[in-house]
Amino acid sequence: MPGVTTSAQTSSMVVEIGGLPIRLHCEDSAFLQLLTARYAGYACNSNEACFDFDIELAPPGTASTDADLNVRWHAGSWLMERGDFRAAFSATAARGRIQQTSNPYSLDSVLRIVHTLLLAKKGGFLVHASSAIRNGRAFLFSGISGAGKTTMARLAPPDAALLTDEISYVIRQDDGYHAVGTPFFGELARVGENLRAPIECVYLLAKGPENKIEPIAGADAVRGLLGNILFFARDPEFVKLVFDAAIDFVARVPVRRLTFAPDARVWELIV
Amino acid sequence: MSDKPYVARSAAIAARVLGDETMVMSAGDSTLFTLDPVATLIWESVDGLTPLEDIVQTKVCAQYDVSLEEALNDAKLLVEQLAGHGLLLLSDQPIAQSAKLEEAKP
Repeated sequence: MPGVTTSAQTSSMVVEIGGLPIRLHCEDSAFLQLLTARYAGYACNSNEACFDFDIELAPPGTASTDADLNVRWHAGSWLMERGDFRAAFSATAARGRIQQTSNPYSLDSVLRIVHTLLLAKKGGFLVHASSAIRNGRAFLFSGISGAGKTTMARLAPPDAALLTDEISYVIRQDDGYHAVGTPFFGELARVGENLRAPIECVYLLAKGPENKIEPIAGADAVRGLLGNILFFARDPEFVKLVFDAAIDFVARVPVRRLTFAPDARVWELIV
Repeated sequence: MSDKPYVARSAAIAARVLGDETMVMSAGDSTLFTLDPVATLIWESVDGLTPLEDIVQTKVCAQYDVSLEEALNDAKLLVEQLAGHGLLLLSDQPIAQSAKLEEAKP
């Protein structure tokens, strides 16, 4: 008998970064396809999620791209605003809403902020650093823009699994700190591998005529690390959590200065 | 500034002693400050109830070879500077400090 076939159109996907599955719901199927491609390595087969976000696309031309980012706590929710998005989420309700342009990188920004806020409660953080796993251990290469994060990623040997060339994701576990892969990339424009490993060392990058590694201790290490940790929220409780996390991290993980000339030989030191 | 100011630490900071230094981060703008050993001594001693002069006399002058006048002048400059960044509270009167933070976030 002839009938009508209905195809259930999926309107959501679950993106899992750092063991935190977030469901992204959007009625615009074209945009959802963009997200599916963008977060392919981090799409979760299970439909289970810790947080649900509804995405509503703003009409083209309605965004102001030069507005500064503002993240604040208000009436039980985190509010995040920039020229190209406005978002709110309640950790208690495990729900959020994002109004944004159809640029998937706006969602990238929202996800980075959400993860920094959620990670802080668990003693983790996001840091400006490229990172890679070699011999089962993770190495972070941290610095401001232009310090050489992407260069270190480009120079990585074939046996190194690249986690990110831009924003490293640090989580605290019972046995110490681990780095996990993220889809957040920089100039390399390559999604990191969805892997994790205990962190062996953080290198603060400096460019120089030769490759050398120097230890950095105590307050200098904390200063160096904190200078590169992402602080989106000007919020006392959040800042204290991240500050404490940085202090604890430096007490457990070596922080060293890596001065390097931009050639592949620098990786001979990273073992 | 009063001749006998009272000084208290702001609640909107995060601080930790590392070796003989203290790292203090402003929770408002996440600016990081490092206090040397003498500043650390003063930082750890301010309680809002003890005049700065008493702290300098009983702590700083007791540990360092410096006159009260000189140490007090330096201490006043220090606390004014830190208060300017919102890390310390200054008052002519004892400070009943409320460490109450904003609503806790889940």
